[in-house]
Amino acid sequence: MGLGRRDLLKGVGAATLASAGVGLGRSRAADGVSLPFGNGERPLVAYPGKRPLLLTTARPPQLETPFSVFDESIITPNDAFFVRYHLAGVPTEIDPETYCLGIKGHVDQPLSLSLKDIKALPRAEIVAVSQCSGNSRGFFEPRVAGGQLANGAMGCARWTGVALKDVLDKAGVKAGALDVVFEALDGPVLSETPDFAKALRIDHARDGEVMLAWAMNGEELPWLNGYPLRLVVPGYFGTYWVKHLEAITVLDKPFDGFWMKTAYRIPDNDCACTDPGQAPKSTVPINRFGVRSFVTNVLDNTKVKAGSVDLRGIAFNGGSGIKAVSVSTDDGKSWLTAKLGQDLGRYAFRPWTLQVDLPAGQHVIRVKATGNDGGEQPMEPRWNPAGYMRNVVESTRVTAA
Amino acid sequence: MSKRSNLAAAALLVASIGIAKASPRTIEIPEPTAEFKAPKDDAHRAGFDAATGNCMVCHSVDYIATQPPKKGDKFWETEVHKMIKVYKAQIGESDAKIIADYLAVTY
Repeated sequence: MGLGRRDLLKGVGAATLASAGVGLGRSRAADGVSLPFGNGERPLVAYPGKRPLLLTTARPPQLETPFSVFDESIITPNDAFFVRYHLAGVPTEIDPETYCLGIKGHVDQPLSLSLKDIKALPRAEIVAVSQCSGNSRGFFEPRVAGGQLANGAMGCARWTGVALKDVLDKAGVKAGALDVVFEALDGPVLSETPDFAKALRIDHARDGEVMLAWAMNGEELPWLNGYPLRLVVPGYFGTYWVKHLEAITVLDKPFDGFWMKTAYRIPDNDCACTDPGQAPKSTVPINRFGVRSFVTNVLDNTKVKAGSVDLRGIAFNGGSGIKAVSVSTDDGKSWLTAKLGQDLGRYAFRPWTLQVDLPAGQHVIRVKATGNDGGEQPMEPRWNPAGYMRNVVESTRVTAA
Repeated sequence: MSKRSNLAAAALLVASIGIAKASPRTIEIPEPTAEFKAPKDDAHRAGFDAATGNCMVCHSVDYIATQPPKKGDKFWETEVHKMIKVYKAQIGESDAKIIADYLAVTY
């Protein structure tokens, strides 16, 4: 990106989360970090195929990417990509030679496809961000139940596989098809617990962009990211990106499974929000993510050298692409336009850079992005009971000296 | 399926059919280590015992320990009932009450 690496940050990155937590009476664990909210202590644990990541929960595994990773590259490395399971029956043995994906339901020709069959179809590739619906939930105020994440349940990868459309066409979708349901090899501990399954409308499933991916950043999928095959739904929250795909079923009626009908719902209004503490009047399934942007090389509650400071970061949205990124060093009173960097596609992280002047003293840096669809970030955080879709204009408090 | 029953099923399959098929891949997922906090007093010991006996059937203790602190009775009653009604945890009403009380006081 043509900027000096970390010259203004030397060594503070690792301690940053801890210092941010100090105000809450928290200190840094020897082998972990303390996220800046109550009960934010997270051990750093290396799972198979992963570098040490923030352990949100062990069973089923939920691992968060340390935020410093987003400053290292626009593509999130496989071994740093976040992990999120819902049910503890994670598959622990898979045979790629005998694995097969079923395509059934409202189709002319039900299919059972091996990995070899799937890889023989025309190849598709896309760079796209996956983001957990509850990314940043830990910052909700008032706090809400659920996975308590900071900003690291997101990642940008290059996905290789086949268009779901090609697979559906091979089976031949019958007239009157409405929903396409995706089921996976993982399952619940108790047979009565609703098994994880998600659905897309048939037109979305056949848009040519939704993919079945077997590779991520040029390597086979990490096990914990859905080996051997996962759904990729560009621009949509990660809940739809079903891992360890087992079966695809076309329905001629709406899918009414728990994980669509009851869970992962957002208020049915323009802001997907309610007054804090209030339940929504009506809800819809969560879908496309809103625009977000972050400073990645200067973290909240840190010190920088007074004078000219090179800022850099990332922005992304649900698929229209990033039109502009603006930065304020006076808590939003005035704004400067950042320079956009390499464009890996409208679903990817878009890097930005900006040189700003930070005289000695305290500053609140704000960053906001605008999408090509006109979408903007709110200056004040929105609230909903499930803690989904946070996309407030972020604040980074620094002391220049 | 659970990991244990998966492995058992795989072992049974190999033993019964007598095939040592070439290429299954396996993964070993680290076991959880988090434990419930000790009860604050004897009044909450039964709740601690009931939580220890029930919650970890489906999830590790960090699911509880990472929730926002001091959310109180209503929050934990809601969570325990969600486990029963939505996820079908086999917990009776009296255990549900003492588990929620223990969680509210301890977390």
